[in-house]
Amino acid sequence: MKKTVLLGALTAAAFAAGAASAATLDDVKARGKLNCGINTGLVGFASPDANGRWEGFDVAVCRAVAGAVLGDQEAVDFVNLTGKTRFTALASGEIDLLSRNTTWTFSRDVDLKFEFVGVNYYDGQGFIVPKELGVSSAKDLDGATVCIQTGTTTELNLADFFRANNMSYEPVPIETAAEARQQYLAGACDTYTTDASGLAAQRAAFETPDDHVILPEIISKEPLGPLVRHGDPEWGDIARWTLNALVAAEELGITSANIDELLNGTESPEINRLLGTEGNLGEMLGLEADWAVNAIKAGGNYGEIFARYLGESTPVGLARGLNAQWQDGGLLYAPPFR
Amino acid sequence: MTTLTDPPKGTFRLSMLINDSRYRSMTIQIVALIGFLTLIGWLTSNAAQNLSELGRGFSFGFLGEPAGYDINQRLLDYNNQDSHLRAALLGVLNTLLIAFLGCIAATIVGVFVGVLRLSHNWIVARLMTIYVEVFRNVPVLLWIVFAMAILIETLPSPRDFRGETPEASMALGESVAITNRGFYVPEPLFSRSLGDVHLFGNHPLRFDVSLDLVVILAVLIAGILTARLIGRRADRIQAASGDRPHTLWYQIGVIAVPMVLILTILGFFLGYPELKGFNFKGGTYLRNSLIALWLALSLYTAAFIAEIVRAGILAISKGQTEAAAALGLRQRRIMSLVILPQALRVIIPPLISQYLNLTKNSSLAIAVGYMDITGTLMGITLNQTGRELETILIGMAIYLAISLTISSVMNIYNNSVKLKER
Amino acid sequence: MPQTSYVRTEMVPERAPPPSTAGVIGWMRTNLFDGWMNSILTVISLAFVVWVLLSAVPWLISPTWNATSLQECWALIEAAGKPEGACWGVINERWPQMLYGFYPEELRIRPTLAFFLLFVALIPVLFNMISRRMNWLLLVLVLFGATFFAAASVLMVAVQVVLGAALAWLAYTVVTTKAGDRAEAIAAGASRLPNPLIFSALYVFLMPWLLWGGPIWSPIGAAMGFVLGWAAYRMLAAVIGNLGAIIAAFLVPVVWWLFLIGYFVSALSSVLPIGLEPVDSRLFGGLLLSVTIGVTAIAISLPLGIVLALGRQSDLMIVKSLSVMFIEFIRGVPLITLLFVASVLLNIFMPPGTNFDIILRVIIMATLFASAYMAEVIRGGLAALPRGQYEAADALGLDYWKAQRLIIMPQALKISIPGIVSTFIGLFKDTTLVSIIGLLDPLGIGNAIRSNAAWTGIVWELYGFIAFLFFVFTFSMSRYSMYLERRLRTDHG
Repeated sequence: MKKTVLLGALTAAAFAAGAASAATLDDVKARGKLNCGINTGLVGFASPDANGRWEGFDVAVCRAVAGAVLGDQEAVDFVNLTGKTRFTALASGEIDLLSRNTTWTFSRDVDLKFEFVGVNYYDGQGFIVPKELGVSSAKDLDGATVCIQTGTTTELNLADFFRANNMSYEPVPIETAAEARQQYLAGACDTYTTDASGLAAQRAAFETPDDHVILPEIISKEPLGPLVRHGDPEWGDIARWTLNALVAAEELGITSANIDELLNGTESPEINRLLGTEGNLGEMLGLEADWAVNAIKAGGNYGEIFARYLGESTPVGLARGLNAQWQDGGLLYAPPFR
Repeated sequence: MTTLTDPPKGTFRLSMLINDSRYRSMTIQIVALIGFLTLIGWLTSNAAQNLSELGRGFSFGFLGEPAGYDINQRLLDYNNQDSHLRAALLGVLNTLLIAFLGCIAATIVGVFVGVLRLSHNWIVARLMTIYVEVFRNVPVLLWIVFAMAILIETLPSPRDFRGETPEASMALGESVAITNRGFYVPEPLFSRSLGDVHLFGNHPLRFDVSLDLVVILAVLIAGILTARLIGRRADRIQAASGDRPHTLWYQIGVIAVPMVLILTILGFFLGYPELKGFNFKGGTYLRNSLIALWLALSLYTAAFIAEIVRAGILAISKGQTEAAAALGLRQRRIMSLVILPQALRVIIPPLISQYLNLTKNSSLAIAVGYMDITGTLMGITLNQTGRELETILIGMAIYLAISLTISSVMNIYNNSVKLKER
Repeated sequence: MPQTSYVRTEMVPERAPPPSTAGVIGWMRTNLFDGWMNSILTVISLAFVVWVLLSAVPWLISPTWNATSLQECWALIEAAGKPEGACWGVINERWPQMLYGFYPEELRIRPTLAFFLLFVALIPVLFNMISRRMNWLLLVLVLFGATFFAAASVLMVAVQVVLGAALAWLAYTVVTTKAGDRAEAIAAGASRLPNPLIFSALYVFLMPWLLWGGPIWSPIGAAMGFVLGWAAYRMLAAVIGNLGAIIAAFLVPVVWWLFLIGYFVSALSSVLPIGLEPVDSRLFGGLLLSVTIGVTAIAISLPLGIVLALGRQSDLMIVKSLSVMFIEFIRGVPLITLLFVASVLLNIFMPPGTNFDIILRVIIMATLFASAYMAEVIRGGLAALPRGQYEAADALGLDYWKAQRLIIMPQALKISIPGIVSTFIGLFKDTTLVSIIGLLDPLGIGNAIRSNAAWTGIVWELYGFIAFLFFVFTFSMSRYSMYLERRLRTDHG
């Protein structure tokens, strides 16, 4: 990299004030707001309600982190990002945390230089087909027209799956989930493929959900999780342990309903440590002692968030499946808080 | 006698750079140039610094890596193991295809509507006005999305063609299938095909040349040239004797007879689409995305072209028609010899910019998933490789090249019809 | 001898025109059924109109205005015994979002006020056909109306009283004095109201303040830059000559804006904290976003376009080729690629660490985009000016800048107004493209609404409403531009 002295001086003079410090935590605290990148609209994960308040599973992660860091779950500026703009926005520092159903892959972690702080939803790519088609396995889809959402890992998985099984297909790339739904329901494609959670969410909102089946094959692993930039481990720790706190809270039975009661002190040292009534975990993260309390109060523990936005009582209607706690046969396993 | 033509000779002072008009322009230019170069340098150095901070270089190496994704509309052969460069090439071809089809359709519809707007028929003229206003005043992106939604929602899906009593049936004597996935039309096939010539081996820019097509084109061009020769000869005879021999049948003959012959030799037949498995098989498949984009772009642009055509016709004064009629020209000749050449002069320059707009608007293809250069190189390739700078630079360069080519070609044409001023 | 008269002496009584050319039938004959070709066209057109109406109207009339979800709509339509119908509940519930995006509800009066003031500010620039009194009357009326939507307070009541009094006085003078009398009085030396263009100039600083809020010292500080530049020119012109003064007049404001304004604003706000509640630009959405991007980009692109057009016309080779390169580059690439640059590349080209939000970046790229088109429009205006104007300016001994300022530009800009308006219409329509990079313009908001579990599956109602919004705006603007074209046409052909 070559640079003349003159240019350097100009740059330094003109934008001396603009330089951001490496510590994201200090930036966020100074700003008083967390900049969080979310989807432009995905049922169950991020959508605006009539008052313009963003709601959803991914949004809840943003609010929890804002609660942990700033003590206020509303202190979030949401930045809507497309599949194309999300990584640049994070890399350039426009957002502090990306919580936009992003699959944790090797190249994103290593090559694109991001740090995934955990998995908030274990997903996998599946297919949905109308029952009348009489297809019972993805292996029967030879020659089918397949709707896919672009800008994601799904189109690569799809290409791999059909190549591995020596089948042909006709891809129909689509920008948004709403359009995919429209094309699929009108029969413009035989099957629609995306993350199984998305399929279930879509299917639940169909006029006649029972006419459609999600095929048993899950052709990929899609661990979705929030991520931060490389190079700021402290900030990464905060995001990681906020997520873990939500998971651990469910395991330990801490809910938004009983948390105030538990704050008065409990028998369980782990709960006390998590809630900051014992030990100094918050201080180690550079946060207040009640960081986890605020994170949990933001939207409840992991189980509550799941139930509110994705669970069986919502239109999305997802079962916990892989996303159950480890005691219940799921993959959620928060490391110990000590 | 003294003349004042010689400027006072004096020593050069620095202040003359600003105050002396001989040097001032030089000063301004040099300042502008330095300012420009500084800006470029500043931007480049920032980019270099930022990229190195992100740990990324600036290289086009990713173009050689396997793309990994599939493209549905392929004008050349392609599979997901081909390189990103080849995917980009397919995107460029798709862009050119939609631009070409769009310009033709927009011109035809635009001229038609522009003329009808001047019609004496009250209801037709009103309808055309409504068409022009509605299409011009709603964003083209909305039209594209609309067109796609209409195709998807109103046309039957291939499933409806199935069963004992299908809800939908094929049009035009079972030869064309109109579905909400696109239109399947008969394709020309050859039973004694000469095969293809494969050029450039395994290179990303490889392509196949269909020998059938080459032969047919050669015969066609030869036929047209011969027909022209016949026409020239007729001209000479007319000039010499005043009588023009009838040549029309000869001219048609020299084009048509060899054509029929060569088609018979090659064993020409039409391949009809057939419902097999999930989809129709066989025939040429015009995808929904192509049709929606084509419809929306050409109808939108046609609204503008209609206005241009109308203005062009109105710009020619009625006296021209009357004068031509007074010279004894027939109606068709008045149009082709008097009105059209003059109207064209008014129409062509704005028409060029409409063609350019259409080509640029074709980049909105991503809204309906048409895999043009914005969808492949600046879409999926960008997403998968994370090379924003490189892909967008290449994409811009390609669009710039296309735009400049169109405008220079059209400008050459414009110069040929321009009024020669003396 | 019998008198033979070859000339008729009495008038033949007027006869009614043949029934085939008069009345409804006659009109239809000449306008609809004039020959078989036309008759066929008429029948086809009528059939088309009837078909469109028959398929659209029953769908449009649908008792779903109060539904709160698509499922409820279906139930309502079924209850009404209709096969299908529109679901208007989504428009009822979400229209504020489609107009304002996520702009805080209690502050929405601000963009609304800015929007109406825009017209008041544009009238003297574009119409030039209502009197000064009317113009000020309009301004006071809009402000007066706006006060009723603001939070009630003692201060607000005082403002209402003042504005009400001004309104009453202006209305009184408009009603009592005739335009002719007023003109005579002015000719006789009566004092005039100030030129409304003053407000138009102030509006440039007022609009961003109303939209984004913040201390009142920011717009004042921004305006101060121009004042300082003008002062520098005045003071230095006598001391170091014209060109030096121009350079100083250019540099002083730049230094002010880049380095000093921050101190000015923070110092004054700590003393006198007057201001509006700041609103983040990422809360902008819906039509508000389209209008903001469109208006800001066009306003900034006008001076840029003038500079580029002059550069392209200039005799200076380097300046000219730089201008041509810029214009042709911008015009040669699609807007969407420039928006990609705004969304993913612009930050790479800025010094490390600088960060400004996406809407600002989009406005920057839209401005560059519009300025290239603006330059071409103004170049057209310059080219349409007769050579005699340039020669006359030279003959008067005016230098280049004076000639441009006093003779060329006023005329060229006037000719260019229709072109400028159509550039604006084009840009305004093109703002829908920002939905592709994830901004929530009407189209983007539409997609976000469709992702809400209650409204997934809605298509036509949203698109139709958006199309309608755009149509209303652009159609009225294009009508205005046509009206101007007619008015500006000075040849009488």
